[in-house]
Amino acid sequence: MKRHLISAADLTRDDAVLILDTAEEMARVADRPIKKLPALRGRTVCNLFFEDSTRTRISFEAAEKRLSADVINFAAKGSSVSKGESLKDTAQTLEAMGVDAVVIRHGASGAPYRLATSGWIDAPVINAGDGTHQHPTQALLDAFTMRRRLVGPDAGLGQDLAGKRITLVGDVLHSRVARSNVDLLHTLGAEVTLVAPPTLVPVGVETWPCEVSYDLDSVLPKSDAVMMLRVQRERMNAAFFPTEREYSRRYGLDGDRMARMPEHAIVMHPGPMVRGMEITAEVADSDRCTVIEQVANGVSIRMAVLYLLLGGNEPALTNPRTEEK
Amino acid sequence: MSKILIRGAKVLGGAPQDVLIDGEFIEAVGTGLSAEGAEVVEADGKVLLPGLVDLHTHLREPGREDSETVLTGTRAAASGGYTAVFAMANTFPVADTAGVVEQVYRLGKESGYCDVQPIGAVTVGLAGKKLAELGAMHESAAGVTVFSDDGKCVDDAVIMRRALEYVKAFGGVVAQHAQEPRLTEGAQMNEGIVSAELGLGGWPAVAEESIIARDVLLAEHVGSRVHICHLSTAGSVEIVRWAKSRGIDVTAEVTPHHLLLTDELVRSYNPVYKVNPPLRTERDVLALRQALADGTIDIVATDHAPHPHEDKDCEWAAAAMGMVGLETALSVVQHTMVETGLLDWAGVADRMSATPARIGQLAGHGRPVSAGEPANLTLVDSAYRGEVDPAGFASRSRNTPYEGRELPGRVTHTFLRGRATVVDGKLA
Repeated sequence: MKRHLISAADLTRDDAVLILDTAEEMARVADRPIKKLPALRGRTVCNLFFEDSTRTRISFEAAEKRLSADVINFAAKGSSVSKGESLKDTAQTLEAMGVDAVVIRHGASGAPYRLATSGWIDAPVINAGDGTHQHPTQALLDAFTMRRRLVGPDAGLGQDLAGKRITLVGDVLHSRVARSNVDLLHTLGAEVTLVAPPTLVPVGVETWPCEVSYDLDSVLPKSDAVMMLRVQRERMNAAFFPTEREYSRRYGLDGDRMARMPEHAIVMHPGPMVRGMEITAEVADSDRCTVIEQVANGVSIRMAVLYLLLGGNEPALTNPRTEEK
Repeated sequence: MSKILIRGAKVLGGAPQDVLIDGEFIEAVGTGLSAEGAEVVEADGKVLLPGLVDLHTHLREPGREDSETVLTGTRAAASGGYTAVFAMANTFPVADTAGVVEQVYRLGKESGYCDVQPIGAVTVGLAGKKLAELGAMHESAAGVTVFSDDGKCVDDAVIMRRALEYVKAFGGVVAQHAQEPRLTEGAQMNEGIVSAELGLGGWPAVAEESIIARDVLLAEHVGSRVHICHLSTAGSVEIVRWAKSRGIDVTAEVTPHHLLLTDELVRSYNPVYKVNPPLRTERDVLALRQALADGTIDIVATDHAPHPHEDKDCEWAAAAMGMVGLETALSVVQHTMVETGLLDWAGVADRMSATPARIGQLAGHGRPVSAGEPANLTLVDSAYRGEVDPAGFASRSRNTPYEGRELPGRVTHTFLRGRATVVDGKLA
């Protein structure tokens, strides 16, 4: 039994449902006057962030503190190489200080996997986003948000997302959120469709467990949730699309397009949003948009993951991919 | 003692024969040769090949002596059965002047483990902008005939055309590292199913194939010959096959790792599998083996690329590209080509000795195993099976993708002009 969370693809359906159910418990803590559990008292968690990130780091920090863990924040902007110290040395230094778990965000795809499997450290590793590879806690909080909204907080307990039609729109090529979501949503029984200009869909996507469409308007009426991915304006300089305006016209979500979605359908965004690019203010600020809920749910999910990986004597998550190693 | 009798060796895998070496030359090949006055090496059914020739080796000296030197690299070469290596030009400073190639040439002479033939850079500093003094390198003591910016592609079509034309004056050849630079910006691995999943920047096959297509057409247009380094895709094979059928003077090499390994290994994110060009798919591997067997690909070249441990003990994106290969090349070729029935030992001798020597115009190497020829020979225990153990490497670096993998064959003896550089599997 391994104790890492590296990729959403490593989670079984039962693992994922257990995390979502546990997160439901954790969400209740947030409603209490004293938002704290003693589960990780005396344990030290290090947030090792090699890439700028405000919301993910704060979310993990809030989750760790609500579980009474001691928190060390280590921010090392830029790559390990440009800093002069290697990832291995940094991680070993922190472990020598008595860290019980490492939450890592890194610009290089695979860095958390290397950290977990190279024998550099013994501590459990939680991937908080690596390059354009994976961001498993984001996928979990997205699934949690979908289950709450589309099934219900109480009705959803023990349930997956079977039959739900989820559409992800935007820069799939550079998106770890998209990769994690495709893996996890498929595991949870949802039907996933990716929508993007062909330039922003990776070569090799044909083996992913999802559909791919280049036409947003035809997919919207058949969606229970539409997740807009951030599109960086700089992408147009590398000829991924001609102009910001053309991107918005073809793939942006505005009020008219939102009206084509079924009435119960929700709009999601992992943030930070680029208003006017992939999403208009009208949509972002509407009741159907769950972006703020996702942030709140992120804390609950990360509490659940930390609790399950560190809280008990027996880790609750199986990890088939790292297990093979 | 100047005479050595190799008794009962399967010359090029044929019936057992004796080979008598006198001084620097083979004196006789036959059965029942007299051992009088000769030191006897009992070959006992081992395979005798002409000393291997590597057209593509990175010896790293001058500049990166922490990963390899001419001495350690030639010791690794001898261990792997090589009697000659071509040293690539991407050193620090770059081998783009007569001075640097003569330095490498001299260090090779001093090492004594195998002949070192320097390759000269095509352009100054490998920058692809201005031709290096190719004539001066050719006329130097190093006598350079192969020119390459390997590690970088000569991507400017005009510079490539001029280089192909210019070296005709002295019979040189340009060895192209085929990689369209714009298509491979940020490239980390083969672009395909695995890269899409792993989120690593893709190195598309078309970036190699488009340059090869351009360069064979350029070679045809100006009537030059061109050599393609480390060909890695099924599409490249088709282009070279077409070019040869059209009479274009093109030769091509494949590395041992591209004959065996695929991009599936990258799922481990272990940078020991990071190499340029990248590991491709199973389909490519099979096409490369077939092409080497039918002669579309002319030779095996190692692209031996030593790197210090710290450059591989890190995250994938930060790691250096390349793998050592001199000490495992013959085993990989036995495994992928001989044991699959694609190539016999005479074929191995052709692809790993005779033809690389011919492409590089290296006298005295890659010759037949017969009387009067220089005694550059390699004795292989083809029945041997063992796990690769990098700790035993003669190379200064250990970045092998084969650690712990069982591979067949072991070089027990190497002779460089009649002198044993390897005896019973150990450096002499």
